[in-house]
Amino acid sequence: MTVTDFSRRGLLKLSAATIALATTGLPALAAGIDDLVIANNVNLPSWNPTLGTSAVNPTIQGIYQSVFDMFIAQDTDLSQAPGILTDWGWNADQTKVEMTVREGVTWHDGSPLTAEDVVWSLERAADPEGGNPIQFIWSTIGNFEVSGNQITGDVLRFEPTIFKWMSFLTGYVLPKAYIEKNGQEGFEAAPIGSGPYVVDKYERNAFIRLKAYDGYWGQAPEFKTVTIKFVTDATARVAEVESGNAHVTLEMPSEEFDRLRAGGLVGVAQPISDIGMIFFNDIDVMKDPNVRRAAVKAVNKQAIVDRLLSGYGVAIDTLQTPDYTAFDASVTTPYDPEGAKELLAASGYSTDNPVRFTIQTTRGFKPKDYEVIQAIVGLWRKVGIEAEIEVYEIAKHYELRATDTLAPAAFYNWGNSIGDPTTSTGFAMFGPSPHSVWDGEDLVGMIAPLWGEADEAKRIEGWKAVDRKIADDALVLPLFQYVQPILHAPGVKVVPHASGALLPHLMTRS
Amino acid sequence: MTLIRIILKRLLSMSITLIGVAVIVFFIIRIVPGNPIAMMLPPGAGEEDIARLKALYGFDKTLPEQFLIWVRGILGGDFGTSITSRQPVMSLVLGRLPATLELSIMALVMAVMIGGTLALIGTRQRGGKAEALIDVTNGVSLSVPDFLWGLLFILLFGVLWPVFHISGRVSPALDLPFVTNFYLFESLLRLRFDIWLDLVSHMFMPALALAIPLAAIIAQLLKQSLKETMHLDYATLARTKGYSENHVILREALPNAILPTLTLVGVQFTFLIGGTVIIERLFSYEGLGNMAIDAVINRDLPLIQGIVILFAVIFTTVNLLVDLTYALLNPRLRHG
Repeated sequence: MTVTDFSRRGLLKLSAATIALATTGLPALAAGIDDLVIANNVNLPSWNPTLGTSAVNPTIQGIYQSVFDMFIAQDTDLSQAPGILTDWGWNADQTKVEMTVREGVTWHDGSPLTAEDVVWSLERAADPEGGNPIQFIWSTIGNFEVSGNQITGDVLRFEPTIFKWMSFLTGYVLPKAYIEKNGQEGFEAAPIGSGPYVVDKYERNAFIRLKAYDGYWGQAPEFKTVTIKFVTDATARVAEVESGNAHVTLEMPSEEFDRLRAGGLVGVAQPISDIGMIFFNDIDVMKDPNVRRAAVKAVNKQAIVDRLLSGYGVAIDTLQTPDYTAFDASVTTPYDPEGAKELLAASGYSTDNPVRFTIQTTRGFKPKDYEVIQAIVGLWRKVGIEAEIEVYEIAKHYELRATDTLAPAAFYNWGNSIGDPTTSTGFAMFGPSPHSVWDGEDLVGMIAPLWGEADEAKRIEGWKAVDRKIADDALVLPLFQYVQPILHAPGVKVVPHASGALLPHLMTRS
Repeated sequence: MTLIRIILKRLLSMSITLIGVAVIVFFIIRIVPGNPIAMMLPPGAGEEDIARLKALYGFDKTLPEQFLIWVRGILGGDFGTSITSRQPVMSLVLGRLPATLELSIMALVMAVMIGGTLALIGTRQRGGKAEALIDVTNGVSLSVPDFLWGLLFILLFGVLWPVFHISGRVSPALDLPFVTNFYLFESLLRLRFDIWLDLVSHMFMPALALAIPLAAIIAQLLKQSLKETMHLDYATLARTKGYSENHVILREALPNAILPTLTLVGVQFTFLIGGTVIIERLFSYEGLGNMAIDAVINRDLPLIQGIVILFAVIFTTVNLLVDLTYALLNPRLRHG
């Protein structure tokens, strides 16, 4: 046998083997969709929804909500709805909290979910040694008493948003007896909740296989099995759906979304509670109100949304989106490049003598983040602002913000899936907060009384006044509300959630 | 005696390298901006909350104190606990290592097969169009980075002609009866060819993307060595004796020409493992590389340390094995 002969035969054999492998190894997709496959954009690092970075990572809350129930449910428009708690509120003088626990709810192991489970979950979340990053909120209530399915507790420090947090980060009801019996490691290995899906299989960094929970107290999920694959690369994620290996995916460039929607896939795009914004740090030239106001007036947000985001965004003028409780449509900061030039001229700056500062941004952390900042820098240049772009990782942003050492301008995306002004304007702009880089005492003075304001109408009006002050003084540059593109197969109907969570139990066959 | 001395010398340098890596990685990841506490701070957290979280994760201590605690833990077999998953670092890292090793070995096998075949054909057809075509192919293969090959394969074999799986290591629907994480090897041992095919179907594209640049290097080097060897006296003698050209290449030239290629393959294998970081991410392959990227994004310092140390152990061990193999095969080194 010659080498040439061997190579030819070998090549033929190899080709045959490859074809055989390819055909037998192919993913078998049934004509109808029995097992719903979702290509998710992030990994799930841990099944503990109240610990460490997982607890405050908004992108994985949809997975948690498929398995665990929150204390209070949240509708797709961010409004609260009866969940494990069917009734909640304060007593007349707001010194006690009162909650009613839904009856007939069971954990995935069949045992009943009781008021003791709810109290245990609240106390666990408030334990300073428990590692819950939101402990400072949960510790505002305590000394709970249980009577049947009724819970009462003392208000240790009045927190007007405590019940809103019960539909937000770390607000999950967890199984007391199961965790006490199996420990945190046992729970991590085989988690149970009371949510619509049971964890059937979990491969870290790879996938989760969920099965519908027959004993679920709410609407039974239509898809009885769901596989959530973690596909962190956007190209691979789009390819998964395009090839039919997955039925639903999210977070892809808007151009890809439009292309695939035109090519037979279905897409939904709805505004979510995340916003894009630019922090102004009150250092250097940002202390000059003319510079800040000019920087705001020079940015044509609508053009950025239309041209860079292909229309998938909503221009905003305050840190409140139209869905938030304290949104005030009368507060506006119109695009006015000539006005920006005049303001800069008043401070001695022009296109020939531009004001200079650094703007920091991530690149690829959010779709088109860097491109948006490039466009803004271009718009600024036209009026006499010369900004130098510094790209950094999101981890560096968090550290610089916590230490109040951000550059004079820094791009960030802020999520607020309960829509309360405290968790947007409040924490972003209150000087003492580790998330704020604006330290102006006048603003601190306006915000401070609102934290504990018991009169809800007065509280919301107070936040609207704060937003007006921020807009007038240009203390921050709000840009746009994100629109989340979700791409799916024609056989699936996806109901988007304004929080951005992709919830399989809301998906049905179309 | 000389061989033992070589081994002892290499083990000593290996230990020094690992200590150096441990020190560097520990301090560098704490010096660069972005700390894990800032990552997990919720809106509204105050100074007390920050202090409480720092104490909980041990970041309230000085750097030297933290380093000593870490080193003491390593000596006791405890590499710390992952911040994001609250799992022991070593079990996480060792759990992912088999996936990366299997992918790397498969890529290496592909590279050797493709590169070796091209080298043999190029030598057989030297001076002809086939050799020119192989040279051009090698040039293209070397100039395109592995992740671009990966993207191309996703489009070709994932979307246009969807014959291979795009992401993951194994289909979620399969129930795995394995006791180890070496799925590919264990599926063969258990004669579970259905799972083996599924695994290969997942690994094919990432392995090929990793293999192509290495295959080009192997093809170039081996072809060059073969061509040089084909001019030597014993090759000429074999031809004079009437042996066919194929016999001369395979039986006379190849055994002598292959030594430098084997050395290169050993060294390149470490680079290939390094290359898995990007490729595993692209194909959502559940290996060490993918885990490393998540760890960096989340500033999971104990996990980053564990992964880097393990990569360093692999690199130094492979280099040691290459040196030993070379010493065994080369009598001058063995005895001199």
